Amino acid sequence: MLFKLSIKNILRSIKDYAIYFFTLVLGVAIFYIFNAIESQTVMMNVSASTYDIIDLMNNMLSGVSVFVAFVLGFLIIYANRFLMKRRNKEFGIYLTLGMSKRKISFILFLETLLVGCVSLVVGLLLGVVLSQFMSLLVANMFEAKMTEFQFVFSTSACLKTLLYFGVMYLLVMIFNTYNVSRCKLIDLLNAHKKSEKVKMKNPWVCIVVFVLSVAALSYAYWCVTGGATELQTADKILLPILLGSLATFFIFWSLSGLLLKICMSIKSFYYKGLNSFTLRQFSSKINTTVFSMTVICLMLFVTICILSSAISIRNSMTSNLTTMVPADIQLDKTLDLPSNGKYSEGRVEDSKISVRETLEKLGFDVDRYFKDIVEFDLYASNDILIRDTLGDVYEEIANQFPFLAYNAAETFIKESDYNKLALLYNLEPVHLNDNEYVVVADFDSWIQIRNQSLEKNTPITINGITLTPKYTSCVNGFIYMTTSHINTGVFVVPDEVLLHYPRETGLLVANYQATTDEEKEKIEQLIIDTSDSPYAVNTDIEASTKLSLYENSIGLGAMITFIGLYLGIVFLIASAAILALKELSESTDNKERFTMLRKIGTDEKMLNKALFRQIGIFFLFPLVLAIIHSIFGIKFCAYLLETFGKDELVKSIIMTAGVIVFIYGGYFLITYFCSKNIIKER
Amino acid sequence: METILKVNNVEKYYGSRSSLTKAIDNISFQVDKGEFVAIMGASGSGKTTLLNCISTIDRVTSGHIFVDGEDITKLKGNALNKFRREELGFIFQDFNLLDTLTAYENIALSLSIQNVSASEIAKRIDKVAKELDIKDVLKKYPYQMSGGQKQRVASARAIITNPKLVLADEPTGALDSKSAKMLLERFDYLNKELEATILMVTHDAFTASYATRVIFIKDGKIFNELYKGNDSRKEFFDKIIDVVTLLGGDLNDAL
Repeated sequence: MLFKLSIKNILRSIKDYAIYFFTLVLGVAIFYIFNAIESQTVMMNVSASTYDIIDLMNNMLSGVSVFVAFVLGFLIIYANRFLMKRRNKEFGIYLTLGMSKRKISFILFLETLLVGCVSLVVGLLLGVVLSQFMSLLVANMFEAKMTEFQFVFSTSACLKTLLYFGVMYLLVMIFNTYNVSRCKLIDLLNAHKKSEKVKMKNPWVCIVVFVLSVAALSYAYWCVTGGATELQTADKILLPILLGSLATFFIFWSLSGLLLKICMSIKSFYYKGLNSFTLRQFSSKINTTVFSMTVICLMLFVTICILSSAISIRNSMTSNLTTMVPADIQLDKTLDLPSNGKYSEGRVEDSKISVRETLEKLGFDVDRYFKDIVEFDLYASNDILIRDTLGDVYEEIANQFPFLAYNAAETFIKESDYNKLALLYNLEPVHLNDNEYVVVADFDSWIQIRNQSLEKNTPITINGITLTPKYTSCVNGFIYMTTSHINTGVFVVPDEVLLHYPRETGLLVANYQATTDEEKEKIEQLIIDTSDSPYAVNTDIEASTKLSLYENSIGLGAMITFIGLYLGIVFLIASAAILALKELSESTDNKERFTMLRKIGTDEKMLNKALFRQIGIFFLFPLVLAIIHSIFGIKFCAYLLETFGKDELVKSIIMTAGVIVFIYGGYFLITYFCSKNIIKER
Repeated sequence: METILKVNNVEKYYGSRSSLTKAIDNISFQVDKGEFVAIMGASGSGKTTLLNCISTIDRVTSGHIFVDGEDITKLKGNALNKFRREELGFIFQDFNLLDTLTAYENIALSLSIQNVSASEIAKRIDKVAKELDIKDVLKKYPYQMSGGQKQRVASARAIITNPKLVLADEPTGALDSKSAKMLLERFDYLNKELEATILMVTHDAFTASYATRVIFIKDGKIFNELYKGNDSRKEFFDKIIDVVTLLGGDLNDAL
């Protein structure tokens, strides 16, 4: 009997449940898809180093899943509370008929169970189908070869989804039981009669609050852009975040009152068609929804930043590679280790010879496998520290950035060596006159620091010879092949200056004697095999190869993209769903109002337009502020991630906009059509 | 006299062939310009159904209704909405004011959907507010007003468009006797001074006694008709009570 009632309840309120159900299905599907990536990557034919990064990615994805589960759990409980509110009268009738609260709880339990089971089954089915497309994307991201299409079903992801959502539904059940046991009959029966009092806020208070909020927000914006360099520690970033969140809340609070006042003063606008009605609808609601508006706005803001940064990092990482990793291999070793007992005798001996000699001792034939070889040394000693090369501006910079390593030894390279390397790397060569130096760097903030001292024409003295800068700014370039711009600065000086200066590192950069990828992989394997040589204990040679850097970078890019997409989409769905449910849950009130408007003879077209505008403003309001936040947020992200490069930001912002329009816009349209259906005349 | 409303052999059936309910069973009457007509009947007599048919909220099963010569049973879609907003004024038992709008805005709404300019709206509201004595509640919200004030605001909304016909469905139903009396005196004023044509549905003899003519309905048919003529309101009230007694005990609860 109670079971029948539950089913009938669900079927009857299917219109109200539709968007809730849709969101649940989507949540389950997304949860499954991203957890199923693990089993898809297992099937792929990729190298060992890619496997490591895939492993890391899968671990991170499952960590993020716990967080996502919290967000979705919060959403489900929140949505459920809305749906319960709408049914107060129904429960009231059950109670007056003599049904016990325990039985009502049981009906709710059955309903949640039914909705939960159906949404899990449908969501998992959808997830399994969509994850097949996802596997194509995964293979594409990792540039793995898809030999044939494989249908992948991940049992572990499926079980995990069932477990996580099972727990969430259980929480909903507990929550419902608690709610039912607490309610009073009189409140249930009269719930719909309580009409909200319309409170007009004092416009002057609104203006003051608004101005203060805008000021606070501007300060927060300035903190993360103009003053971003000041944000050296984690606790300093808390201030702009806190300020921004509070300002968001108060902007919504004050704008809701102010906007109406302004529109009301423009009489020809306010008293045109249903404008007064639409505006009042909006303002009567925003009074009570300032908090959720704020939450939604902030969630959208985070979504936009995560999505655009994640996509941009991946794009620029891959596009960086061709310029950042121009040669096949780079080997380096520390030279001239001190024989003070810290290092074994064999290593001290080995540190006196060049990279080439060490390789040959390891049994590797350098000239047979390498071509375009460039060999050179980097020089550094505690005689000249970074603080010394900054000259007069050191004090000022040290105040501004107190945590940089100013006491590290400055690195030098001979002009001739650098030009040989520049030829191989496709960089601009450097031509120095006597007593001149040039700084080569590609780390943006360090370039800024060094430029300050270069502009002051700061001289440096090496071995008694004083050099002055050739240019007032750094030259773009690097010595080590990496996937990101992290060259903080190397001094290129005339060869003879470094004659008796201590060496620090010996390098060898070369291309492989090979044309195809297979041959290159073979050579790379040979290099790895040298570690089996008995001489290997004496060496600390490091190698960066194009192939391994490539794989790491692809893996890292894919990882960031997946986590970004996962979080971004879940946040987006959560915020859109909350808005949609809020709007729909008030459709019963709206229905009466629209019926009344119809009675006094308003055209259907005018009614639909008013409804469209009402829901549109409601969706647009938090989005607009979120977009304004994001302009500064993305700037800050770009600053944080500048070593990854930011060339592809525009493209990624367009892609982010696409995702938002699709999901957020989709929810908006569904809400509009559902509401239209509800206010329609029977 | 010019005929504003003409109801011709109107029938309204509910239900299926097997269990047919005749809510209105072949009713015909007409209302002239400047008349104040009350339709009386017990609950379930079909009076509200009749009003709904006239107001085009409901459709007739057969028969015709003419408002100012136009057959409104033939109207469809937006033509219906246009007819409602331009030719009719509505007053409901439960006021039907929008709770989110002030009294002023509620009244303005019926003009703004006709694209009347803001300055014209202000002028007309000023005038109607004086006539209905609601000048000091214009800035208030419905929840801040008494029932009588609400109903006068609703009346202002109904007559501000200068409709051909004002339809009132149990306008005093939710009011205490003092507010009801005040509202009816306003109706009387609107009818006599502004020549508004009013058709009012009620089951209350006191309310009906303010009209110039009362039509009695029982089981979907016209049962009787009374003209006030030169009677005083008290005399007219006594006559109405006589008919009500004749109608049976159904209406006694209304006294």
